[in-house]
Amino acid sequence: MTAYGNVLDLIGDTPLVDVSPLSPNPAVRILAKLEGQNPGGSVKDRVALSMVEAAEKDGLLAPGATILESSSGNTGIGLALVARIKGYRLRVVLPENVSAERTQLLAVWGAEIIPSPGSEGSNGAMRMAQRLAAEHPEWWFPFQYGNDANPRAHYEGTGPEIWRDCPEVTHFVAGLGTSGTLLGVGRYLKERNPAVQVWAVEPPAGEMVDGLKNFDEGFVPPIFVAADGYALLDRKRVVGPRESIEWTRRLLDVGVFAGISSGAMAAGAARCADEIERGTVVFVVADGGWKYLSTGAWTDDLDAVTERARTQIYF
Amino acid sequence: MPVEVRLPTVLRAHAGGQAKVKANRGTLGEVLADLVRQFPNLAGQVVTDDGALHRFVNVYVNDDDVRYLQKLETKVDDDDVVSILPAVAGG
Repeated sequence: MTAYGNVLDLIGDTPLVDVSPLSPNPAVRILAKLEGQNPGGSVKDRVALSMVEAAEKDGLLAPGATILESSSGNTGIGLALVARIKGYRLRVVLPENVSAERTQLLAVWGAEIIPSPGSEGSNGAMRMAQRLAAEHPEWWFPFQYGNDANPRAHYEGTGPEIWRDCPEVTHFVAGLGTSGTLLGVGRYLKERNPAVQVWAVEPPAGEMVDGLKNFDEGFVPPIFVAADGYALLDRKRVVGPRESIEWTRRLLDVGVFAGISSGAMAAGAARCADEIERGTVVFVVADGGWKYLSTGAWTDDLDAVTERARTQIYF
Repeated sequence: MPVEVRLPTVLRAHAGGQAKVKANRGTLGEVLADLVRQFPNLAGQVVTDDGALHRFVNVYVNDDDVRYLQKLETKVDDDDVVSILPAVAGG
């Protein structure tokens, strides 16, 4: 055991754990990569650190500079941790309908929150951040949806870790938010073994898409298009809120206390296991359950929680 | 039983305010053409004039994104559910 130089050195190298009791197919193992073990509590710590260090290297971030980003929570929290340690100021455009804990955590780390309309979801927050960034060229705007350092964090970190710990992986399942995890890990694993399949799971967008006036207000991340994610992914499926919450609860049976989007990933991994003959499925648990306690996801009536989940952004 | 098609909020005004409509089975392209026959205002919304899926639209057959199946050639059978959703991001 070694002593770490500072908390940022604790980012990454997360544990991979066998959760095969959740597999509906005895010939398929399922393993979970526990990204909630990162010091800021989610997979986005990797992305935050990667984007900030790339900007420092490129001379885009002067000491004491202000960072502006839009986030539904986790990227903002990861950036807040990194910014606090490195001495930057942070402003986060955050949709109003995220869980209370996300707002609280950003405040804890000292980030300034700029609220955006909940009905416009993450797309609306992003558009507001783009406007603000144009008005304030002195702020640094990482733009996680278009920043190569996002998938690179996974190509250089998450992917090699999975390959090191489980070279027998046949299927990789992760969520599609910015697409960074899928692009980085997917590319790395396919370079090592072209037979590896990459399956995306989309948690349901719920009411956050209701504010869209037309399809032209929709959004596909530029990093996804640039890396030809259409060719990289083998499957993409949507998992509904009820099934997401049911699987968030089932994860407790294997000792994993995870966020609600990770319940969707677990459901996606189980469906994958059900459809293939044999293999090893690795999926990503993006964060722990702490930030979702106020949603009552584990303890309230399933119908009530499902209904509530439709009005909240949790990925 | 025909195919059930679930419409997102942005399309409902073009389909008499309905969230769920019925269409005849076939390839996905044929199902969507049947929708346009019933609701002419949907023309050009999901499938663009040059015959491709709108880039910010995701169409699912039983929860599976058709871009990773056979796109507009994906077979849709009786009792299948087609869902149309705008593409959004998270993070």
